[in-house]
Amino acid sequence: MKIIACIKQVPDSEAKITASGEQVSWGEAPLVINPFDEYAVEGALQQKEAYGGTVTALCIGPESARDALKHALAMGADDAILISDPALPALDTLGAAHLLASAIQKIGGVDLAIFGRQTLDDGSGVTAAQTARILKWPLLSLAGQIKVENGVCEVSRVVEEGRQQVSATLPAILSVVQSIGEPRYPSFMGIRKASKAEIPVWSLADLGVTAPAAIVTRLRLVTPPTRDVKCEIISGETPEAIAGILVEKILAEKVL
Amino acid sequence: MKTLVYVDHFRGDPQPASWEALGVAKGFGTAVALILGTGLDALAKSAFEFGADEVLLAEDGGLSDYRSEAYASTVSAAVKAQAPDLVLFPTTSRTRELAAVVAVDLNTGVLIDLVDLTLDGDQFTATRPIYEGKLLEKVTCSARPVIATLRPRVFPKPSRDAARSGSPAKVAAATESPVTVEGYTLAENVVNLTDAGVIVSGGRGVSNNPSLTPPAGMDEKQAEIWRAQQGFKLVGDLAVVLGGAVGASRAAVDAGYIPYANQVGQTGKVVTPDLYIACGISGAIQHLVGMRNAKLVIAINKDPDAPIFQQSRYGVVGDLFQILPALTEAFKQKLGR
Amino acid sequence: MIDLSLTPEHELTRKTVRDFVQREIAPVIKDHDRRQEPIPFVLDRLAALGILGLAFPVRYGGQGMDYLSLGLACEELEAMDTHLRVILSVHTGLCAMSIFQWGTEDQKQRYLVPLARGEKVGLGAFTEPGMGSDVAAMRTTARREGDGYVLTGEKMWISLASRADLGLVTARTSPPSNKPSKDLSTFIVDLRARGVKRGDIHGKLGVRAGSTGWLSFTDVRVPLEDRLGDEGEGFKITMSAFDHGRYTVAAGAAGLIRACLHTSVHYAQARETFGGRIAERQLIQQKLAQMTQDYEIARLLYYQVGWLLNQGRRATRESSFAKKFATEASFNAANEALQIHGAYGYSDEYDVERYLRNARGALIYEGSSEIQTLIQAGYALGTRTDRPLRCELPAFTEREWQA
Repeated sequence: MKIIACIKQVPDSEAKITASGEQVSWGEAPLVINPFDEYAVEGALQQKEAYGGTVTALCIGPESARDALKHALAMGADDAILISDPALPALDTLGAAHLLASAIQKIGGVDLAIFGRQTLDDGSGVTAAQTARILKWPLLSLAGQIKVENGVCEVSRVVEEGRQQVSATLPAILSVVQSIGEPRYPSFMGIRKASKAEIPVWSLADLGVTAPAAIVTRLRLVTPPTRDVKCEIISGETPEAIAGILVEKILAEKVL
Repeated sequence: MKTLVYVDHFRGDPQPASWEALGVAKGFGTAVALILGTGLDALAKSAFEFGADEVLLAEDGGLSDYRSEAYASTVSAAVKAQAPDLVLFPTTSRTRELAAVVAVDLNTGVLIDLVDLTLDGDQFTATRPIYEGKLLEKVTCSARPVIATLRPRVFPKPSRDAARSGSPAKVAAATESPVTVEGYTLAENVVNLTDAGVIVSGGRGVSNNPSLTPPAGMDEKQAEIWRAQQGFKLVGDLAVVLGGAVGASRAAVDAGYIPYANQVGQTGKVVTPDLYIACGISGAIQHLVGMRNAKLVIAINKDPDAPIFQQSRYGVVGDLFQILPALTEAFKQKLGR
Repeated sequence: MIDLSLTPEHELTRKTVRDFVQREIAPVIKDHDRRQEPIPFVLDRLAALGILGLAFPVRYGGQGMDYLSLGLACEELEAMDTHLRVILSVHTGLCAMSIFQWGTEDQKQRYLVPLARGEKVGLGAFTEPGMGSDVAAMRTTARREGDGYVLTGEKMWISLASRADLGLVTARTSPPSNKPSKDLSTFIVDLRARGVKRGDIHGKLGVRAGSTGWLSFTDVRVPLEDRLGDEGEGFKITMSAFDHGRYTVAAGAAGLIRACLHTSVHYAQARETFGGRIAERQLIQQKLAQMTQDYEIARLLYYQVGWLLNQGRRATRESSFAKKFATEASFNAANEALQIHGAYGYSDEYDVERYLRNARGALIYEGSSEIQTLIQAGYALGTRTDRPLRCELPAFTEREWQA
């Protein structure tokens, strides 16, 4: 099977995120592979191990995004492609989906394209759905378990009400959730291979497309008011005494 | 200004934030509710009662199970016919992708999980959290219609007027989809955390009661889970008295103490209750991301250093196995339950 | 000119080890440290992730990374808890690296490969109840008999004593002479052999999640082909084993300084006194400044050792500097970190008291601070020279290690 893992590079989740004018600043924090996308790579590798084939990691980003692709290679992906172009403006979800769809078509012969459920930065969680619609491929989203048999992919979707079992004929677009399994650590052999790997860069011209016009644009950033809470520790002689005081405090806040 | 409001439901059980979306729509002008599925009469009635000016029903057996392709085609067709300026959805795992796919069909933008939406002349300004809520971005959409999902429990819920009624109109259902639904495994208790006004959550600390003796024959892991379940019973007791839901940290879910449906946090649910009581939860950033919009946060933890205390208005450094039952009893008496 | 830059491979190696300890060890370490019990899955996980054989050639079952990577891994392990780094110190530093340096090809195949693969766990057994620093005075004997040796004696304060499969044991093969350094030989001993007894030692001040114990040998048969190096080379082999161990201890101690710094900065930025954050108080800043400077020095000193080993150069002198400096600095850092945390530092609800207890041991083991002092004075006075050894630790080359 030919499997694509679509990943993004984002600031580390421990980063201190602040607004620096209209730009988001993450200080000295490193840029890493989007943690949700580690699950996508893991899901792709599991399918490769079960059914044979190759895993290609695909990413839209600046040159620094190579490191995210290297992480995927170090986990075991066979190769990686970076879509990068100075003419690329800040992409909205639809723009990104169009580019990914073009890349998937350019790669050709793809059976599964797997996404993480959302990115740490934008967090919309819709790129998989939009890419599927553009390609007119079935969408099997929020997959907690994946099984492929005779060209049919069956997944168990994790939804609010429980699980929904769905299936579709390949090729298909998948997004995965945590239950797919904890992402494996890069192996040291993988780390070495990744450092030496040649990662081709595809420009807009290589994809045969023009820069997507941004329909959704950011006007400005707002720093949410910090909860300046001074925590009051309630103490007492007995649990009952503590509970008594705490109940009064909670009722006084009128949240019940 | 016309807004189409998608009413999200599962087998007739509505997502209450759909009515909040209706309220927002009414604030801008006329609101047309759109409902897909089967057996929609009760939902149509509710939609009118919550203020819909019109109600459209795409009622078809082929839509009884959610499949993004069929639902999106149905909604897109309705949008094309109705030509609204704005299409609103409550944010759920279904509607995120549904709204996005409709946006592809209509070549417009999709704005996910808004916490504010204003109209200035004919430009919409939407506010949405990014970087897990560490920042908010104000965005606008240059195309029409604007498609957006609204975060639950942020916008005011309109009052229900039983006197308001109307006749729903039928719209065409597109049922084609390359995806086949094989079946469902429904969770025993459907946990509606995003909609809860009170949440009592348990973390890893909930298993930490060495004085509890597990039944004979259990190995270490089974004993740990058994202890955790005793702990979660106490959490549940308090939730019941307060009329709330039970939540959990990722650590508790990963350790097997409680199902994923109860998980609050970055990879679980983002919640906005009025009262959040965190028991035995350290307060890792991934959890804080899920609950920091709660109005009032209370923390109970043995560890005075636990980061959760930095997010709490009141805290108890103590043994939750003693504090929780005492709290439950005290509330029972005060609230007369 | 030394190139101390880290390659992307080094960074990803460091990140992988860090992610592992943060995800899998952090949730359970405090509890196991309190109970003085090793975490059951640690050895298996370190083996499975290839960390036990990180810096050995692929053809010997290792991961083909360089000696600097070993140091980086030790830094990350000890930043979480010292006992993790101790595992690497004894399995890799004392045991496997010695076999890599001094072993015959046959011994490397039989022992280095399974050690590097993590299929077997190794240790180094040199210290005895009556002898630590005075290596030449050891009393365990290995009597030549038939086609092998018979080993009798006791070793104490041995990490992984009750868990390892095999161990390097140095023993006396000749009666005490006027050239004590020629009386000892080193053996690779199967710790499951008849006559080997072992047990755990509890009640240590620190490294409580680590397994430390004793070994007793009563007429244990060791075949000739399991003697490491020549008869009479035991002292030299033991000393070079300590060099390797010292490198890992130094790297680990740098990690411990970093952990103390990190937790102190975090606490100082939150805690308030006299109307402001304590991070603004100069006496607190002084402590933080010392920690951050010491971390930098410790880091550079062990990087230097890693670099030298990569070149195939002897690093006895540099390992001594790195070990003594970093371990003493880590104890000071932990002490000051505890002070910064005030009363909370004195409680085991926080990590700092564990850092302090852990740090203290390193001034004693792998060559006490006093021994390091004497070594360094020897270099200064010219009374100590490092003559070439019969076997040297192989240099790192990508081509040979990663084929």
